[in-house]
Parts: sequence; C-alpha cells; structure tokens
Amino acid sequence: MPPGSSQAPALAGTWCRLHPLSPVVRIGVTVGAALVAGLSWVSGDHSASGRTVDTLVIGGLALLGVVAAVISWLVTRWRVVGDELQIDTGLVYRQSLRFPLRRIQAVDVVAPLTARVFGLAEVRVVSAGTGHHQHGRLAYLSNQDAAAVRAQLLALAHGLAAETPEPPALPLFRVDNGRLIAASLLRGAWVLVLVLVAVGVTLAALDPAAAGGAAGQSGSDAATSLISGALTGLLALGLDAARSVNGDFDFTIGQAPDGLRLHRGLLQKRHETIPYGRIQAVRLIQPLLWRPFGWARVELDVARQPEGRRQGEARQLAHLLAPVATLDQARWLVAQVAPGAPATLSRSGAPPRRAWFRAPFSYHYLSTWHDDRWLVTQTGRVRPATVIVPLEKVQSIRLSSGPLLRSLHLADLRIDTAGRRWVAAALCRDADEATALVGRLGDLAWKARRVSW
Amino acid sequence: MQYRRPSPRLWLARQTVIALTSLVLLAILGVSGGLIGGLPGGLVGIGASLALAVTSWFLERGRYRSWGYLERDADLVVRRGLLFHRLTVVPFGRMQFVDVTAGPVDRLFDLATVQLHTAAAATDARIPGLRSSDAAQLRDRLATLGEARASGL
Repeated sequence: MPPGSSQAPALAGTWCRLHPLSPVVRIGVTVGAALVAGLSWVSGDHSASGRTVDTLVIGGLALLGVVAAVISWLVTRWRVVGDELQIDTGLVYRQSLRFPLRRIQAVDVVAPLTARVFGLAEVRVVSAGTGHHQHGRLAYLSNQDAAAVRAQLLALAHGLAAETPEPPALPLFRVDNGRLIAASLLRGAWVLVLVLVAVGVTLAALDPAAAGGAAGQSGSDAATSLISGALTGLLALGLDAARSVNGDFDFTIGQAPDGLRLHRGLLQKRHETIPYGRIQAVRLIQPLLWRPFGWARVELDVARQPEGRRQGEARQLAHLLAPVATLDQARWLVAQVAPGAPATLSRSGAPPRRAWFRAPFSYHYLSTWHDDRWLVTQTGRVRPATVIVPLEKVQSIRLSSGPLLRSLHLADLRIDTAGRRWVAAALCRDADEATALVGRLGDLAWKARRVSW
Repeated sequence: MQYRRPSPRLWLARQTVIALTSLVLLAILGVSGGLIGGLPGGLVGIGASLALAVTSWFLERGRYRSWGYLERDADLVVRRGLLFHRLTVVPFGRMQFVDVTAGPVDRLFDLATVQLHTAAAATDARIPGLRSSDAAQLRDRLATLGEARASGL
C-alpha cells in the first residue's frame, strides 16, 4: 500500500495499516543503540569463540526486535467508521479499541526526533477514562496524513462533516525562548544547591587555616562530599531544565474555531489541539524566583489519564497555556479561555481574619471569588496559585472541617473537576458562609450545565 | 430536609467487631501482662484493653451517628466524620457509576455500602451500612437519576 494514498480509505472506513516505515522508527533508536553498545563490547578483550557467541546473541536480539516491530506493524489496522475511531492491534493478545469521537478530549500530533527524520508523526487521541488503553495511538503516519487525520477527527468530534478542512488558527501567543530558558533555570532547587556549594567551598577554604591534622582532614572530606553532592544535584537540575526547554521550545498557541492549537518542542515536536469546552480548569502560578521578574505560568487541565508511569511523561502531560509569560500576558491569556474570570484575586474575597490562626503562612494569599459561570480560588504559601474552574465542569463539592477549624468556626471547601491534577480549594471560609456556598455553587453548577447543554 | 441515616444494624455490626477485637486484645494483653508482671501486670493489661475498648466504642458510636445522606433535586449530599466533619455534594448528572459492595461482616448483617464515582478521582461519596435491599434500591434510583441528568465531561 503506497503511503499517502493509504489514508483516505482509512478515513472513509476501509481498514488500513500504518505507515510502512513505522517499525523502522519504532525500533530504530533502540536497535541502533544496542548494536553500537554491543559492537563496542564485542570488540573488547574477549576470546574469539566468546566474541562469536556475543555477536550471535546481540544479532539475535536485534533481529527479534525487528521481527516484533514488523509483526506489530503487520497486525495493526485502523479506520474511522461513522462516529468511531477503530484500532485493531496485537498478535497474541488481540486488542480492539473503539473511540467514540464525541468523547474525544484532545488530539495530539507528536513527532519524536527519529520520526521527524523520516517525515513521520504519531497521532494520539485522548479520551476521558480510567483504563490503561485510553489513548488511541496511531504511530506512525506521514506528516500530511497526520494533519489530515487530526483535522478529520476534530471535525467529526464537533459533529461536522468529515471533509471539513482544518480551520486556520489565529496566532494568539508566542513564548519568548530566551525567557523560557531563563525561567527554567530559575528554580527553587537551584538555591539549595548553590547554598550547598557555598558551604562546601567555605569549608574547603577554611580547612588549611585549621592547621591540618586529623580534624582538618575530616573537614576537607566533608567539603569534598558536599561539593560532589552539589555537583550531582546541579547535573540533575541542568538535565531537568534542558528537558523543560526541549519540551516547551518555540511554544505557540493559536486560536482556531474548534479549539486551542498548541505547538511546542525542540527535538520532539508536539502539536496539540484542545477543543473548547473540554477545559476543566485553568491555573496560574507565580513561582517565588519568578516574581522579581513578574513572570507567571498558565496551565490547563483536561480530563485525561496519565499516559504512563515513565519518567518525564508526567511533565509532557501538563497542558500548558504558557510555560512562562509576564503577568499581564498571563492575565490576558486567562481572559481568552475564561472570559469574565479574574486571573488574580483581590483581598476582598479573603477569609475572615481569624483564619490566620489556621494558616499563618498562606493567609495572605487565600481568596475566593465566583460568579454564575466561574469559580476562582487562590491558595499558596511561597507561590500564589490561582485555580479557575468553570462551574459547568464541577464534579463534586466537598466541605470539611477538623477540630481546629471548627473551634474557629471555619471550614474548607474543595471543588473537584474531572481533571486529575488540581482541585479548587477555598480554604478557611467562615463556616456559615461555606455551608451557604455549597448550596449556591451546587445550584449554579446545575444551571451552568443546563445552559451549556 | 432531614438526613437519612444508615441502618441501625450498622451500629450492631460495628459493636460486634469492637467486641470481638477487644476480646482478642484482652486475651493477649492480659496473658502477656500476667507473664511479665504477675497478677498486677495482668490487671494492668486487662485494664488497658478495657479502656481501649470503651474509647473505640465511643468513637465508633460518634462516627456511626455522623453518617447521613440526603437526596436533593439535583444532587446527593453525604456527610460524615466525628472529629473531621466532611460533607460531599455530588450532582446526579456527574455520576459515572454507582458501586455496591459488601464485605464479610456486612454480609453477615445483611448490609451493603453504596459508593458513587464521578470523573474526579478525589470525590469520596460513600454511604455505608444500608440494608442490602435499600442499597440496591438506592443504586437503581441513583442510576436512573444519573441517566436522566447526565451531561458530558
């Protein structure tokens, strides 16, 4: 089946395979690395017979990998029929995945470096749910096909005709790369590591003055271990910063009629689309070290499960509206996705003064606001975090008060949404007010749902 | 509006569990105390286990009394907690599924727990100690209401 022409039938309802180069991309890196590592090991100091055995073992493993990838490609088929994306896969354990398009939460196109080399990309269909296989992954399709599939899935998800071309996106916001790099270096953990280094250096500098001897020896040991520990920490932090820069490089948001378009990535390009009305919550945070520069971070929450437990996966999950932006830009962005909701709260929504006894370190940030569409809460000790929840998305409301809160006649109010990352918490409200708020928010949420339907 | 309460059998079940665990504890503490410190030691062990039993009896009674649930027009309200009061409101339209569970002790007393699940993982709406027929009825009623008012994510 020639690539390119293969996609139209799949979208029209004929079973199709993925791009023929998919197995190459899938195993390319792993097998390449294994071969290189294996060869360098084989060419090491071994007897001739041992070398042959090693070569055979490594070659066999590589061959197994290739065969597995090819078989996986051979047995995987997909198509779009009516209102469903259907994927059949698996040789031993057959798996038939069906994704009702109206339930789609987001459609991502991800292109890792290896796939980009071949002009391929992976389409990920994200649906709400709690199972293990909630994500329809089409790995890999050619770039044009991926774009076409995304456009069509989104059109179908919105109940439009399948042929509807992808509407053009209006550029909304672009993150300054210099600021992104600076911001990812400004992490709280740096301070700790730098303090460690400073202590280590001071100890080392003081050491010769301590007239040597056994005591001096142990002092210099301590300094060395401190510095080496700090260096390890620095390395980890550097990697972390590099990863976040790599993930969020060239971050742009576009506003299209069908949703927000996110493009980001340096080595691995990601194109995400979040349909409007799927946003469960918006959060604006101002980390401590960013505040002198007046920077903030805006995050989005949609109903989706973590894709896996692998490291770094959690970070990629975070739907960002802006990895770093000035406070004004952040407020403006929030206004785009949550019109009418304030991105930062004034003290007028603060809890009563006696709440200070319960939350002395965070009292100055606690605040709550709501109208008939949005609920906004602000919490935080060293960094203020504002969570904005559309009332129509409220899943449940929880009121809780422990002995201390009750003695102060206060109560905590928490509002859950289907996003799994944050709850909007209105902490330390007056108990009577909180009880009234539970009823009122319940009614407002009910009305908001009626309107939105 | 009046909160509905779990069945009194729940209190019976809880008391039975307390009595059984207390008896076991009494035996262990009494015997080990007696082995270590003779008669006074045994008395201390017995006294300690009795004190524990009385305390847990009072705590469990408070906890049992704190449970309550209320079906309103559009949502279900569940309240619980003795020291830490908790109140959860779940709109019917938000229920993903309803779970009825019954452990071995529950089954002995013909009881069941109804648990509501929403798309938010943090939701903890649980009503324990319903007669199993009541639980089944509540489950069906909730499912019907949920269906009638269901709304997308």
